[in-house]
Amino acid sequence: MRIGVITFPGSLDDVDAARAVRLAGGEPVALWHADHDLQDVDAVVLPGGFSYGDYLRAGAIAARSPLMQDVVTAANGGLPVLGICNGFQVLCEAGLLPGALTRNSHLHFRNRDQVLAVERADTAWTQDYRVGQRIVIPVKNGEGRYVGSDADLDRLEGEGRVVFRYADGNPNGSSRDIAGVASENGRVVGLMPHPEHAIEDLTGPSTDGLGFFTSVLKAVVNA
Amino acid sequence: MVVDVVLKPEISDPQGQAVLGALGRLGHDSVRSVRQGKHFVLEVDGTPDEAELKQIAETLLANPVIEDVELHLPKD
Repeated sequence: MRIGVITFPGSLDDVDAARAVRLAGGEPVALWHADHDLQDVDAVVLPGGFSYGDYLRAGAIAARSPLMQDVVTAANGGLPVLGICNGFQVLCEAGLLPGALTRNSHLHFRNRDQVLAVERADTAWTQDYRVGQRIVIPVKNGEGRYVGSDADLDRLEGEGRVVFRYADGNPNGSSRDIAGVASENGRVVGLMPHPEHAIEDLTGPSTDGLGFFTSVLKAVVNA
Repeated sequence: MVVDVVLKPEISDPQGQAVLGALGRLGHDSVRSVRQGKHFVLEVDGTPDEAELKQIAETLLANPVIEDVELHLPKD
């Protein structure tokens, strides 16, 4: 299974994301934002970092890059896409996921191990978890406050598209403790915390993040 | 053309609140609230296409999920 990892100018966690793909048993494929070439990958990861220095708005310029036009088309056709942190911001800016990420309510960059409650275990990226499970993966952001109008948030919750909520404390003031959301068809998922930093005992607080990458390998096989 | 981008009223603005806090510490007690925004100045060749400029403002300069735009077109 070939899992693409896109590098934008300012991406930081693309190498870690590729490593997570490899440890899960997939073949990571490096993709470049300026190419119009998805290289026939079976899924795509948009990694964390500060694409374009967060100029204009976090993720705004990256969302208009050449490769993202191909990602939007492919995602609308069912390609699994995971956006982590800055990648989540890019997916919201590109219109693949609803809502927006804004400055943390307390204005501080927050970096800690975070407990998340799993609310959806049937998306392309979460089928190796179970609903109600609590997982621990790092969160690190300055603009991670998930917002939307009350009507939009009601609709999102009504459609069951909240995939993760912050448990044991909300690190950034996100509305309704929302940490991650999914597209209508469950193929596109975005979250602020970093599963690729929780894949080995040596370097992470847990190995709870590996499930994202093992999940998508199964989702691709079953597609 | 000048475009001002401001957060929608229902979206809280912690940066504006921090500025308000600083103003209070400086003794400017009469300031009741601060909302921080962005100000863009666009220079355009030829006659500006108002519809195109509106599209630019609403699809790139602002994120309509959280922000409102105010367009100020040149008057000649």
